[in-house]
Amino acid sequence: MERMPKWADVILTPLISLALAFGISALVILAIGESPVEALKVMVQGALGSSYGWGFTLYYTTNFVFTGLAVMVAYHAGLFNIGGEGQAALGGLGVALVVLALPWPHWALALPAAAMGAALFGALWALVPAWLQARRGSHIVITTIMFNFIAAALLNYVLVNLLRPVGSMDPASARFPAAVHLPKLSDMALGLGIEWGRNTPANVTFFVAVAACVLVWLLIWHTRLGYEIRAFGKSEPAALYAGISPVRITVLAMLISGALAGLMAINNVMGEAERLMLNAVEGAGFIGIAVALMGRNHPLGVLLAALLFGFLYQGGGELALWTSIPRELIVVIQALVILFTGALDNMVRMPLERLFTALRRKGA
Amino acid sequence: MPAAGALHGAPAIELRGISKAFGPVQANKDIDLVVPRGTIHGIIGENGAGKSTLMSILYGFYRPDAGEILIGGKPIAIADSQAAIRAGIGMVFQHFKLVQNFTVLENVILGAEDGGLLRPSLSRARGALKRLASEYGLQVDPDALVEELSVGHQQRVEILKALYRQADILILDEPTGVLTPAEADHLFRILRGLRDEGKTIILITHKLREIMEITDNVSVMRRGEMVASVKTAETGPAQLAELMVGRKVLLRVEKPPARPGAPVLEVRGLRMVDADGVERLRGIDLEIRAGEILGIAGVAGNGQTQLLEVLGGFPEAGAKLQGEIRLNGKPLPLGGAGADGRARRQAGVGHVPEDRQAEGLIMDFTAWENVAFGYHHAPEFQNGMLMDNAAIRADAMGKIQHFDIRPPNPDLAARNFSGGNQQKIVVAREVERNPDLLLIGQPTRGVDIGAIEFIHKRIVALRDAGKAVLLVSVELDEIMALSDRIAVMFDGRIMGERLADEATTGDLGCLMAGVDPALTPPEAAIPPAAAPGTDAGGGAG
Amino acid sequence: MDFATVIQILDSAVRLMTPLLLACLAGLYSERAGVFDIGLEGKMLMAAFTSASVAYATGNAWLGLLAGIGGAVAMAGLHGLASISFRGNQLISGVAINFLASGLTVLLGQKIFGLGGRTPSLSGAARFGEITLPFADTLRPVPVIGPIYAELISGHTILVYVAFAMVPLTWWVLYRTRFGLRLRAVGENPASVDTAGVSVTRLRYGAVMICGVLCGIAGAYLATGISAGFVKEMTAGRGFIALAALIFAKWRPWSALFATFLFGLMEAVANRFPNLDLGIITVPSMFMNALPYILTVIILAGFVGRAIPPRAGGEPYVKER
Repeated sequence: MERMPKWADVILTPLISLALAFGISALVILAIGESPVEALKVMVQGALGSSYGWGFTLYYTTNFVFTGLAVMVAYHAGLFNIGGEGQAALGGLGVALVVLALPWPHWALALPAAAMGAALFGALWALVPAWLQARRGSHIVITTIMFNFIAAALLNYVLVNLLRPVGSMDPASARFPAAVHLPKLSDMALGLGIEWGRNTPANVTFFVAVAACVLVWLLIWHTRLGYEIRAFGKSEPAALYAGISPVRITVLAMLISGALAGLMAINNVMGEAERLMLNAVEGAGFIGIAVALMGRNHPLGVLLAALLFGFLYQGGGELALWTSIPRELIVVIQALVILFTGALDNMVRMPLERLFTALRRKGA
Repeated sequence: MPAAGALHGAPAIELRGISKAFGPVQANKDIDLVVPRGTIHGIIGENGAGKSTLMSILYGFYRPDAGEILIGGKPIAIADSQAAIRAGIGMVFQHFKLVQNFTVLENVILGAEDGGLLRPSLSRARGALKRLASEYGLQVDPDALVEELSVGHQQRVEILKALYRQADILILDEPTGVLTPAEADHLFRILRGLRDEGKTIILITHKLREIMEITDNVSVMRRGEMVASVKTAETGPAQLAELMVGRKVLLRVEKPPARPGAPVLEVRGLRMVDADGVERLRGIDLEIRAGEILGIAGVAGNGQTQLLEVLGGFPEAGAKLQGEIRLNGKPLPLGGAGADGRARRQAGVGHVPEDRQAEGLIMDFTAWENVAFGYHHAPEFQNGMLMDNAAIRADAMGKIQHFDIRPPNPDLAARNFSGGNQQKIVVAREVERNPDLLLIGQPTRGVDIGAIEFIHKRIVALRDAGKAVLLVSVELDEIMALSDRIAVMFDGRIMGERLADEATTGDLGCLMAGVDPALTPPEAAIPPAAAPGTDAGGGAG
Repeated sequence: MDFATVIQILDSAVRLMTPLLLACLAGLYSERAGVFDIGLEGKMLMAAFTSASVAYATGNAWLGLLAGIGGAVAMAGLHGLASISFRGNQLISGVAINFLASGLTVLLGQKIFGLGGRTPSLSGAARFGEITLPFADTLRPVPVIGPIYAELISGHTILVYVAFAMVPLTWWVLYRTRFGLRLRAVGENPASVDTAGVSVTRLRYGAVMICGVLCGIAGAYLATGISAGFVKEMTAGRGFIALAALIFAKWRPWSALFATFLFGLMEAVANRFPNLDLGIITVPSMFMNALPYILTVIILAGFVGRAIPPRAGGEPYVKER
């Protein structure tokens, strides 16, 4: 017997959780003496009101799609990959090494290679925690947290001691050559004769992100590997019974997850900064957690949630610019979304289940 | 029977009109029950009849929706376990509620400490345990860690916990499921001793033999209702069985005589040592022929689970294996990549696992997804690089019809089906593939009577189609009804083998206790009293 | 390296290990009761902010300490609500709390003080002063023992001594009291506690609240002891190092003392020698900073002694039928 209809579980519960998160965020804005309505106006205007705003919103969205998909794939295997931050940072290293290693004649050649580099490095950074979980039973949440810090230290070392150009004081790599400059969405629009989003960082990687959504959807629900990942994530004893190897699934799911997180680097490192800098990920790895939770671990949900967070991120920047609300408001909203959709979901679900049971009894 | 003399005064427990519903499920309906002081009262019923719910209400785990509880004639409200303990009720759960890495002493005082500091409580408990040990034969080392005790001893710790809390009423939920017959005998001796001291004991079970052996009175539950309460001396197993299921039970399955063919499964010298270094299988030799059902009887925890897992290709991690398995004459690898569940299926081994909810099904998957579970590599389910979900659905629809799985909705998650229908999904998946060898563990655990008959018929039909079946069940009746040959497992060994037609429960019971009546003189065939250390097969859980 | 330098490094290690030790013991209570806590960082950060704010407003470090405890306990209450009452995912709740603290401290700080998330500098009675133990100056000239007593043991704030006193106290509570017995039981098998008629919920809330109190002291020490005021993200990953130390210590109080000292020492050495020259190789400070995490991974991998968490850890308790 189902406790409540599927639509209520898939749509109503997250929507109410989200409403609670945003309601409390509004209260926080009120508490610091600002108007939530005004703040929302500024954010909408700044993030969605112009092609300029959209250019930034979509850039952030691209980052969050990758990290959200990364968390999602691991989640389906019952693994909480909290290491997207470190994996994305290592992805950046992969991009930088690939791009700086060869004199690439054209971005179209460099992009696939850089993407491979990013995915490979991200995947490798996820491999050790995955292997330790699968073989040694080390809790992957703790190991991936540790690997975030190790990644930060490693990157710091590499940038300061190895990749930093002679004479530069900045802990950053050399600039990427102009030939590997990725086309911005604004350039592409101009090619179609449309003036759109000048001087914004959204670039061709956005389409890669959308393609990644489709591929992940196919992977999870239409391939044997996806079937096995989901089965293992739901029940390890059952997976064993069916001949699904926990080691293989843990490692593969984390490799895919790490690769997706790493892929983010082609957006922020190659597409935007065009060099590898310290702390390039800027917390996007963690936002992936909120995005995956809010997106109910479905690629379409992830895409929409990433768009929402892209909007919040760009809107938050605008808030800091035009009002006295610091952009940390976004961190608070992010925290509340994670809290209500990920940890307090029963707070919404339990009363709803009771409601539906009561309704059904009345109907029966 | 001393019970008759204990009828003075008010009954120890009286329940009046207890009802409890979980959502749409009515677990207890208007239950009345009277348990006189100083008696052993059996409550019998099938799985899901509502026995455990009723006892949970008595122990304060659930609040009844309606009804009244009287202890010693006084109505009381049992809001939580604390209230139950205060009312003198002690409970020994089927799954022990012990802290594994605590000592016996620490477990006994937990929740019944004398003050903020532990030292005084510990020394008082030490004295009390010594007293209880000599009074009732409840010997346990107070300083032993629980995780190092055998199952039988862990159960004693649970009883000691209750007695330490001055319980007058002791409720035991399926206490013998994990015990050897010798351990069960010892338990019964303890219970009789407690009764003779004036304690009231409620024994929840679904085993008729136990009811007949030890209880003074018995109440029967069926589908949440109390259908009868009688004196044990005035009833018999057949009547109780009929009351339990609501109609005459067909204890024998209709089946034509077996016509065994060539050997399908041959097992030689199979040994398994688990990750903790415990030898779970100590040299198993088996043969099953085509068209034959071999039943494996035994108390739970004597290696049956491990045998099924090894044959099914998923021994627990870290296990070391030795021996030989042949299927249709060809050797099957014991370990490595070629020995997993998938490889076994390809070789023609179907497997209905003992625990369908944890192993046989993905409870959150839909019925159609579950129908492909384990066979998701089958060529007919593929479409290029992708899975052919439409083909799997079509296949699932067919199986739902053949097996009359209800509701016939392939999109419903497995957890939303009843136990019997869940089992039908698993059996349909494994049987319809026509495996050369079917491994089937506890085929009807928690399954309603209608589904039991259906599942039994399908097993027999598979046999009659010339396939080999290895049946493992802790229900001796089921083993005896279905099998052509019966092998009894004890402590990782096959103790003996009998033809089903020639086997008797007494004979099999001896084998289950680790005694071979054919090899030992008659007086030794009586299982020795379970002195500490003789709890063979213990610790298996 | 002369003796004076060693003393200085050790002294610095003691200062740096104090918040780690407090947070580590905080996590110990929570996790021993079966509630995983990766939100130590957030609770400490919130405490650092509230303590600095109130200490600044009142000029009293003790009121600051109380406020710090209040801030961390509020966060702990949220964690309890999510992971005990509503049986939510404890790891996700911890993540949320870290972000909530990270955002709220800056948001509120900017609103109240307008300094971009900082609080104004604290001075005088708004900070915890260093305590000179009796005879410190008299004993100073005595070789070896003198400097150890005067420099290393004496001259810390009261909170440092509180932190060290918490170790035997925690051991005693855990292994010698009724509360400790129940706490350990609820982290191993909550059903054992429940069927004994003791409330799992109340015990777990108790543990989570103690965790909040200790995180509060840790945060207050950061903002009003070791530094003079709150700075954005001032915990800088210490909550995670404390978590690492807890695993390293295998959830045991005395081992926690050792583990946090080790990690404090690493930080002290890294601060003192940005490029540690060991003759054969030069160890960059980044490596020293990453070392606690690397060691924890090695411990977790079980190559050097296995760290087995409390059995019921991370699992919300649901009564079985």
